[in-house]
Amino acid sequence: MLQEIPPGLCFILSGILFMIGAIGVIIRRNVIVVFMCIELMLNAVNLVFIAASGALSSMDGSVFVFFIMTVAAVEAAVGMAIFVMVFRLYHTINADEMNLLKG
Amino acid sequence: MADYIWLIPLFPALGFIINSSFGGRASKTLVAWVACLALFAAFLSSVAVFYEFLQLPASARVFERDIYNWIASGEMSVNIGFRLDPLSVIMCLVVTGVGFLIHVYSVGYMHDDPGFKRFFIYLNLFVFMMLLLVTGNSLPLMFVGWEGVGLCSYLLIGFWYEKDSAADAGKKAFIVNRVGDFGFLIGVFFLFVSLGAHGVWTMNIGEVGRNAHLLSGPAVTVITLLFFVGAVGKSAQIPLYVWLPDAMEGPTPVSSLIHAATMVTAGVYMIARLNILYSMAPDTLYVVAVIGVLTAFFAASIGFAQYDIKKVLAYSTISQLGFMFVAMGVGAYAAGIFHLMTHAFFKGLLFLGAGSVMHAMSGELDLRNMGGLRKKTPITYWTFFIACLAIAGIPGFSGFFSKDEILWKAFSSPHGDLWIWLLGAVTAGMTAFYMFRLFFSTFHGECRASEEVKHHIHESPRVMTIPLMILAVLSLAGGYVGVPHLLGGDNAIEQFLAPVFGHATQAKTALHFDIVTSAWASSGAGGHEAALELALMVASVLIALLGIALAYLYYVKNPALPDRFTARFVGLFRWVHSKYFVDELYDFVFVRGTLRAGAFLLKVADGWIIEGLVNGTAALVKRSGDRLRKLETGYVQEYAFGIILGAIIVVGYLIAIPMF
Repeated sequence: MLQEIPPGLCFILSGILFMIGAIGVIIRRNVIVVFMCIELMLNAVNLVFIAASGALSSMDGSVFVFFIMTVAAVEAAVGMAIFVMVFRLYHTINADEMNLLKG
Repeated sequence: MADYIWLIPLFPALGFIINSSFGGRASKTLVAWVACLALFAAFLSSVAVFYEFLQLPASARVFERDIYNWIASGEMSVNIGFRLDPLSVIMCLVVTGVGFLIHVYSVGYMHDDPGFKRFFIYLNLFVFMMLLLVTGNSLPLMFVGWEGVGLCSYLLIGFWYEKDSAADAGKKAFIVNRVGDFGFLIGVFFLFVSLGAHGVWTMNIGEVGRNAHLLSGPAVTVITLLFFVGAVGKSAQIPLYVWLPDAMEGPTPVSSLIHAATMVTAGVYMIARLNILYSMAPDTLYVVAVIGVLTAFFAASIGFAQYDIKKVLAYSTISQLGFMFVAMGVGAYAAGIFHLMTHAFFKGLLFLGAGSVMHAMSGELDLRNMGGLRKKTPITYWTFFIACLAIAGIPGFSGFFSKDEILWKAFSSPHGDLWIWLLGAVTAGMTAFYMFRLFFSTFHGECRASEEVKHHIHESPRVMTIPLMILAVLSLAGGYVGVPHLLGGDNAIEQFLAPVFGHATQAKTALHFDIVTSAWASSGAGGHEAALELALMVASVLIALLGIALAYLYYVKNPALPDRFTARFVGLFRWVHSKYFVDELYDFVFVRGTLRAGAFLLKVADGWIIEGLVNGTAALVKRSGDRLRKLETGYVQEYAFGIILGAIIVVGYLIAIPMF
């Protein structure tokens, strides 16, 4: 039987992953990398859900994880489509160069 | 008749409605007939009421009838109703009688005017409003008439509205009158509230009179002073007299009807109507008498140096109104109303005579271009002469009886004073002088008109001269209704008016007689006050004769004298000729003062405060927007950073809260 990992460690790990993702979202230029960082943040959250679900012997968290994975997949598809269109228009997918909403 | 007293104002109203609705297509003759007949019918109704009064005992001579509940709101209930008592009957007789004669005269005078029909419509409306004013039984209804005559006055002064001066004069009259009306209105409100405080919510004049004893002294003083402000405006007294001379821009019959005989006496009527209140406020009475006598003197002095025939008459009107206010102020209400009546006769006649002179002289107004009209316009000459004798106070003419009654009361009444009598008597002499100055320069001496005008001089048509003659008869005989006891009369008009003015004032006067006699006569039986009255009467007649003699010396005997006089006292003459620069003063203080205050408010209140608020708000939004838009960089990642930062702060807050 596998050694059971204490949930506290899982939370710390997911926090670290979340921070890595968040910092990546803020500082990376390439939108695809930014996107990957968003996935990282989502999965960090998934990890918390799973760990909490195990620790509390409840299936609620696990159910949420399925939803989040589904939404993440859909969102990735839509996001990629947008990037393709943006690239066709501007020939770049650098986040720094996309500031049409500037006030 | 008591049930039909509302017929009196109804007739002119009908004339007004018929002429204004159907007069457009009707011929001039028809319009004139409708207007004159309306007045005549009203006159006949007034005569009928008067006749009926004479049959009744004095205490029963009040007809009052409400015909419609006009305003009903809470405690306040105002009816449209009419009240006829001896006072309003006399006013009705004067307004409709003199008004009728002036209507007839106007048919001739205005015959070639393009506004002929409009003129008669206004005149009928005016008479309706005036009758409403004198017969209305409540203060609000009186105020409607009060404002209505003001409106008609405005319309008729500016009758020739294409002339700038006429339009301006109309505006001036209206605006100056508004100042007075404001006082009147505040007075009505104050009276209503003061009586209401004692549980008597009424605006009916009779009710007010019956409950006047409830009011406290200071309240009565304030109320009567406020009403007097209204009277000062309407009756052209100092300081609000400035509109009346300018009002001469209107057609001459208007000056005669509105600005001499009827409307301007409304203030006098109002004080007489509210005599119960005024008798309770001796301070106000003193103010009224002082303002009256000062106005009489002041206006008479301006009359010395005017060359415009109508302006002289206008100042004379102001001066005579001053006499009426003196009568009101010394509590001699009957004498004031008596003078109001005789003044309506002779001053109406003087104005109509002036109109006839203008008619003869192709519209000339300047006395310096007249003269020698005696032979060419005999009827105008003789009627004008009678009116001048009447206003000068020559014994036997109407003005003598009424003016002398006022002067005697000014001296003998408890509210009177020696100096008021003295100033009044001097003014009477001045009146005689300037009236005969006017008379001599118009009708005597050489004709100074141009050849062309001279060629056209002719007597007016009969439609104009007959009213002149009737008014001349009235000026001659009108005084005999008020012959004082001293001259063997029984002062019928005072007895007739006694139910309105009560016996209280007479009792007080009688009491005062003792003081006067003990102060002025040594000792002995009665008859001293009679001797005193006779002495004062002779004195005032002598002063008047002196005025006439001076005028004769200056303007007939030696026509070079006036020029020598003016050359000698250039400064004084210019000062008086320019009406003491009162118009200029008012223009500087009020007109330009208002304009300057307006400019100041435009700059400060509007420019700085209001525009500052509005523009400041706009600038604030714009400037903060300029700063805040820098936050919207358009970079997705910066927004994401903002979200994260916000989340950290919220979470940090939620964590931090339980720790403390």
